[in-house]
Amino acid sequence: MTGDHQTLALLLFGVFVAVTLAITTWVSRNRHGSAEEFYAGGRLFSPMENGFAIAGDYMSAASFLGISGLIALFGYDGLLYSVGFLVAWLVVLFLVAELVRNCGRFTLADVVAARMKERPVRIAAGTSSVTVSVLYLVAQMVGAGSLVALLLGGTSGAAQAWTVIGVGALMVIYVSLGGMRATTWIQIVKAVLLMCGAIALTVLVLVRFHGDFDQLLRTAADRSGHGSQFLAPGLKYGGDWTSRLDFISLGLALVLGTAGLPHILSRFYTVPTARAARRSVVWSIGLIGSFYLMTIVLGFGAAAIVGSDAVRGSNAAGNTAVPLLALDLGGGADSTGGTVLFAIVAAIAFATILAVVAGITLASSASVAHDLYASLRRKHAKPRSEVAVARLAAAGIGVVAIGLGLLARDLNVAFLVGLAFAVAASANLPVLLYSLFWRNFTTRGAVWSVYGGLVPSLVLVVLSPVVSGGPSSLFPGMDFQYFPLENPGLVSIPLGFLAGWLGTVTSPESADEAKHAETEVRSLTGAGAV
Amino acid sequence: MEKHDGRDAGQARTGDPRDPWYDALASGWGELDGTGAPAPVVPPRAAPERSASAADIYLEVQRSAAFQEVRGRYRRFVVPGVAVFFTWYVAYVVAATTAPGLMARPVAGSVNVAMLAGLGQFLSTFLLTWAYARHARLRRDRAALDLRWAVFEQKREQDQKRIQEQREHDQRSEQELARGSER
Repeated sequence: MTGDHQTLALLLFGVFVAVTLAITTWVSRNRHGSAEEFYAGGRLFSPMENGFAIAGDYMSAASFLGISGLIALFGYDGLLYSVGFLVAWLVVLFLVAELVRNCGRFTLADVVAARMKERPVRIAAGTSSVTVSVLYLVAQMVGAGSLVALLLGGTSGAAQAWTVIGVGALMVIYVSLGGMRATTWIQIVKAVLLMCGAIALTVLVLVRFHGDFDQLLRTAADRSGHGSQFLAPGLKYGGDWTSRLDFISLGLALVLGTAGLPHILSRFYTVPTARAARRSVVWSIGLIGSFYLMTIVLGFGAAAIVGSDAVRGSNAAGNTAVPLLALDLGGGADSTGGTVLFAIVAAIAFATILAVVAGITLASSASVAHDLYASLRRKHAKPRSEVAVARLAAAGIGVVAIGLGLLARDLNVAFLVGLAFAVAASANLPVLLYSLFWRNFTTRGAVWSVYGGLVPSLVLVVLSPVVSGGPSSLFPGMDFQYFPLENPGLVSIPLGFLAGWLGTVTSPESADEAKHAETEVRSLTGAGAV
Repeated sequence: MEKHDGRDAGQARTGDPRDPWYDALASGWGELDGTGAPAPVVPPRAAPERSASAADIYLEVQRSAAFQEVRGRYRRFVVPGVAVFFTWYVAYVVAATTAPGLMARPVAGSVNVAMLAGLGQFLSTFLLTWAYARHARLRRDRAALDLRWAVFEQKREQDQKRIQEQREHDQRSEQELARGSER
């Protein structure tokens, strides 16, 4: 990477940071400081704005750089990922978005607590939400560190550390000053940038192949060195049965996890009605779907134009496939076009990371302040306003994420994203679906289903080859590996559902019929929704 | 004058089901006391004399035929829908991992079964999204909004009855006072 790239990329980073800080200041100037304002942006976003923000929240660097990189390296197996990420939105649209908008206020726990004893349910759901958020957050921070350092040429530890610290500090500023309104606008700006960048690159790739997709695939297969195998599944997830089961496990977690991600759930509260929530999901499905279709072109394009070996040579995980492709499409490493395109892609990647990180921080600070603090606060403690606690929580989570990001920066963290999805699918989704749809669901069932999904998924990961027992694990020197799969979803998701059922049928109290009626009527009609 | 306002608001809300939120803001919690606004779908006042609590209102609405119809329509679309796309997705993932040979079979040029199945997943997601949005818009939104209003109105009525009783009580005591002073 030459100095020109870095200067231009740094300049564009600077512009993005300045613009987003301006948005934050402008938004926080006329805020009212109410909880509604801080967590839900006053509930006055339009479906289109919220759809863009959801898409911005969801399309993390893992999607933009990761999936197209996987396609460039492993061909069809990369595409399997994007299918799971997209199909997940049908679960959200059909079962979650409208009902959650009607039933809840700010967090997942609100929906469950409407029917149950408030305290235990809030503590359980708050804990699992914070766990999911922190896992996701650390993955993003570490990704940010290595990515930005890579794009700027400085792969030194210091460059990574400073990137992690810088990103963390910025996200604390966005969230604690601007709340949901600033966060949403940052997501919207980022989503627009991302879509524009992806469209431009896709058009350039297709122009290079004269619009002939078949020829693009053939060239990609030829240059990958795998021939027609490159276009069929099995390169990455073939092999022994463990890795195949692992992929099925990952696929389940991807599809069921999205509907349990706290930062996605909190997005439905930023619109005025359930109908607006539905329309924003429709917008986001359109955006995310077309984006993933473009990543397929970009991935195969990178394999065809740059070549799989060159991609692997730059970054073993394939994360630099799209920047390299941009460099090539613009006219090569020494051309102005190449420099500009490369810098733009780098800036978009940076914007992506900042925006996603801010969204997750906001959701987890809501869980801490709205669920955990409100439930665990001592009765006679001096009452503080919830928003003040949330601002403090955002700062605290920022510090934790920076710390963990620095500690974990040398580790392979791709599994953290998969793990966050697995925990969300096993701990958050069962309790959400049960409390929306099951008449007899009780408090004990709710608490058991949260812990019954949370604890097994974490324990199974600790016992998995990710943590110990292999050369690429967290602690290569130790061996307490008893569970063969890297992704716990296949076991922990059924356990979460089972625990909820078991807790309910063994519960001494029976479900409150009137509260179930209220939940059902509210969720389907919006009566009494805030 | 006040009555007239109430009627306008009532018509605005029933005339325009597209945007429930603004209706809710604009309606001023319209009244239904013989102003000619259409009756709600729920026969809400089965026992108007009984002073129902909020919980009773929800239970009553839940048991009403109108709500059961909305819920039925939702479930009749969503249950088969979820079954179809979930089965189709799991089948796709399992096929990709267990039968790579089948998936690698070429169809046209370098496009093989796997590629078609992947694009099929994208296509089916878009189609189901469209179908769900259409179904909800045409078959559920209106009825759900009416029910929402039915609940609002019953709550409103409860409150008003309480205020009314209070006011009558006050008036009676005032009148008695006045009568007392006339004499």
